Amino acid sequence: MSTETAAETLDVKGQNCPMPVIKTKGAFDDLAPGEVLEVVATDSGSVSDIAGWAESTDAAELVDQTEATEGGEDVYKHYLRKTE
Amino acid sequence: MSADTPASSAADLDSEAVADLQARIEELETEVSDLRSEVDDDGPQKMVIIATKGTLDMAYPPLILASTAAAFGYDVTVFHTFWGLEILHEENSKDLQLSSVGNPNMPVPNLVGALPGMDRMTTRMMQNKIADNNVASVEELIETSIASGVDLQACQMTIDLLGYDEADFYDGVTTGVGAASAFQDMVEADIQLLV
Repeated sequence: MSTETAAETLDVKGQNCPMPVIKTKGAFDDLAPGEVLEVVATDSGSVSDIAGWAESTDAAELVDQTEATEGGEDVYKHYLRKTE
Repeated sequence: MSADTPASSAADLDSEAVADLQARIEELETEVSDLRSEVDDDGPQKMVIIATKGTLDMAYPPLILASTAAAFGYDVTVFHTFWGLEILHEENSKDLQLSSVGNPNMPVPNLVGALPGMDRMTTRMMQNKIADNNVASVEELIETSIASGVDLQACQMTIDLLGYDEADFYDGVTTGVGAASAFQDMVEADIQLLV
């Protein structure tokens, strides 16, 4: 999964629980069906939180989650597709 | 049974019994379809939290759960009563305190914690930790909750008891509600929590 297919990017770096999930929900609502949202976070809890949110949300499909070190901090990227 | 039903009327009885059974079946079918439509009522799920505490540490759990449940598509009501009102009080919510007395998790013995000024000190320590760890402020969580459609309610009886005014609370807070409406919400809710 590459970032080029993401229609929107949500930057929640530096924000902690519960903000990444809440802001993801807000940005996801604005997507058109078929579009992918990229969420960039530094909260390690966002990995399970966003996966859990996607599992419980009918219209959300978790396409991919990546972890990398950027500029000395761990960055977690989540890709969510709106299916309907 | 045999005493009241001579063999000669067996055929009549049968048709009568069949009619009774048919009526009963129709009755049950209606009941089942009513129950089914009740179960299939796929409106949003509901959560109700009763928030009764007004210390800095206890302001977080109801607000975090409420805003998170709203992100999961839940209809959420948080009914604030007694010290829980402090969380919704626009001015007081920015200065919620943490007590070290009676809190074995604080690194201060009770006797020291009881000294004047200690609560202020432990509160400041906690506030700094919250800021250092990028945890949202109480005010931010309230605004996020309201923006996510969470119904933050202030118990009218406690408002009167503590001498507060409706204007003291954040915009969007519901006032004029009591135990009966909270209870009714709890009856209809899938999750009910007392914090």
